[in-house]
Amino acid sequence: MLHAENLSMRYFRKTGQANHFHAVKDVSLALRPGEVALLTGRSGSGKTTLLHMLAGLLTPTEGRVRLDDTDLYALPDAALSRLRNAKLGVIPQGRSAVDTLTVLENVLLPQQLRGEKGDAKGALRWLEALGIANLRDARPAELSGGELRRMAIARALAGNPEVVLADEPTGDLDDENTAAVLSLLRKAAVEEGKTVLLVTHDSEALPYGDRIYRMESGALSAQSEE
Amino acid sequence: MGTSHLPMKNLLRRPGRTAALVLLTALLAASVFGGSVVVGSLRSGLESLQARLGADIIVMPAEAESKVSFKNMLLQGTTGAFYMDASVLDEVRAAQGVEIAAPQTFLASLKADCCAIKVQIIGIDPDADFTVKPWIDESYSQDLGDMEVAVGCNVTAGVGETLKIYEQYTHVVAKLAETGTGLDTAVYCNMDTMKKLLAAAEAKGVSHKITSGSDVISAVYVKVKDGADVGRVNNWLNGHIRKVTAVRARSMFTDVSDSLAGISRAAWALIGAVWALALVILLVTFAMMIHERRREFAVLRLLGVSRRGLRGEILMETALCGLAGALVGVGVAALGVFPFTTLIETKLGLPYLTPAVGALLKLAGGTILATLLVELLAGTWAAARLSRTDPGTTLREGA
Ligand SMILES: Nc1ncnc2c1ncn2[C@@H]1O[C@H](COP(=O)(O)OP(=O)(O)O)[C@@H](O)[C@H]1O
Ligand SMILES: [Mg+2]
Repeated sequence: MLHAENLSMRYFRKTGQANHFHAVKDVSLALRPGEVALLTGRSGSGKTTLLHMLAGLLTPTEGRVRLDDTDLYALPDAALSRLRNAKLGVIPQGRSAVDTLTVLENVLLPQQLRGEKGDAKGALRWLEALGIANLRDARPAELSGGELRRMAIARALAGNPEVVLADEPTGDLDDENTAAVLSLLRKAAVEEGKTVLLVTHDSEALPYGDRIYRMESGALSAQSEE
Repeated sequence: MGTSHLPMKNLLRRPGRTAALVLLTALLAASVFGGSVVVGSLRSGLESLQARLGADIIVMPAEAESKVSFKNMLLQGTTGAFYMDASVLDEVRAAQGVEIAAPQTFLASLKADCCAIKVQIIGIDPDADFTVKPWIDESYSQDLGDMEVAVGCNVTAGVGETLKIYEQYTHVVAKLAETGTGLDTAVYCNMDTMKKLLAAAEAKGVSHKITSGSDVISAVYVKVKDGADVGRVNNWLNGHIRKVTAVRARSMFTDVSDSLAGISRAAWALIGAVWALALVILLVTFAMMIHERRREFAVLRLLGVSRRGLRGEILMETALCGLAGALVGVGVAALGVFPFTTLIETKLGLPYLTPAVGALLKLAGGTILATLLVELLAGTWAAARLSRTDPGTTLREGA
């Protein structure tokens, strides 16, 4: 289980009379294995900030993130990095390709960073499921935004993480691909018991979630179960 | 975490960026290595000149041009001929404070005679000589016999060949080690041979301005006794022997070592400026490169590369570039300096002797090490700047 306990994030930034900006306010939630949680909210409401804190990529100003019994930010950098590599599959917003590597090399990278050779067959299966197997040897510069996004999804899943954190993974996909990606993530949760958090604006995503969180100005305003 | 394959891929798959870095580094290394080889060569040239000279005082004819042509002969290998009566030698030997006095006699060959260029022929007295003789001994264990000559390393004739000088046949028995001075273009013989050559020259109409019949010499090299005052002996010789000038050997080359010091200073200043400039350019380049690649680095962190691993990745890239650049730079500098040794020597008009291979290797190693160090410094600085920001913050930027 991935727990957020009273997470807050204040950015240093002039806002009115204060010299910091409270982007995430006292958020607590628990993400369960086998479930897909959706996180929605208006742009600027703090979704990405929350996801980065959950992913061990941004040190919160207050609160804790726990994966089972491990307090992420109490770990030294090397251990936290190892944990990120082994247990967390993160699909960030925007471009996230390593430009000097091919698509397949990008997908294999998390495994190779562990010192493994990497399961190329498995990686290709993910690329196939996402419809970009033909691009395996292409360089990221040659790919469209939607193709790059699907590469990042394949990379996150091929590393076989316990937790998948996806920041608007269908943002630049067409309807057909959106449906494919959403059902793939759903399958990962239901069939493989992964913990999935999906940040999305897409109303199309609603049927794929077990639980929906809404964020408003940095705070969780509503939680509903499907 | 294993990022070991990344640096090489990053370098090879961004050839433009890599080439720019390697080139910049090569410039650094080339300036240091080239500069220090030139300065080092000048220094060892001067040392070798001083060793060859090894005399405290040189006595030569009072004619105004004798001093100038003597110096040019030593520095540039131009020919010079000036004479005084051989009796000067006995007068010098009789002087108080003189330990050894050794004569030398000079003769300029005619161009057509032997070599492509005019060469200086130097006659020595093997029993007394303490300047050229030890040098000849290094290559030839016997005394020079009748009509036998030893040649400087820049004379084209080889051992076993015959050199024709003023219609006289001489045999080359030794080729001498390089000194980097004008002595490398001269031919050496004993005094008997010299007498024959002088006579042959006279027969060809080359006069040496001294009444024929009497012996002539060109210079007397003097070593003073331990404890004797060189200046006093020098003054005495000037005051008591007619029609000669006694010159202290040291004073003769003060202007050489002065200009050498000047050249060294200028060279080091230039090297320093190149380094300062290159360091600034390197730091700016690195800062720009790291900034341009900060998203890529944040992605690596996202995928599980630790701060340390990332620093290692960046430093490995810089080290590889640095090493390649340093090797290229040293190589280019070597190609730019070594083939032009003679040109540099004549352009500078100074003794110039390339240091020994061991010293050169040390110099090359030092250059490579220093270059790598500077590069790693810039890399460490860039990596440290990078790790000040959470990867989450970088990933959100412009996403
Ligand atoms: N590094 C930062 N410095 C200052 N303000 C930031 C920083 N990162 C995010 N913010 C602010 O925090 C708020 C939440 O941003 P974000 O988490 O990206 O929202 P969302 O993903 O919901 O669109 C925004 O108002 C944004 O401007
Ligand atoms: Mg966002």
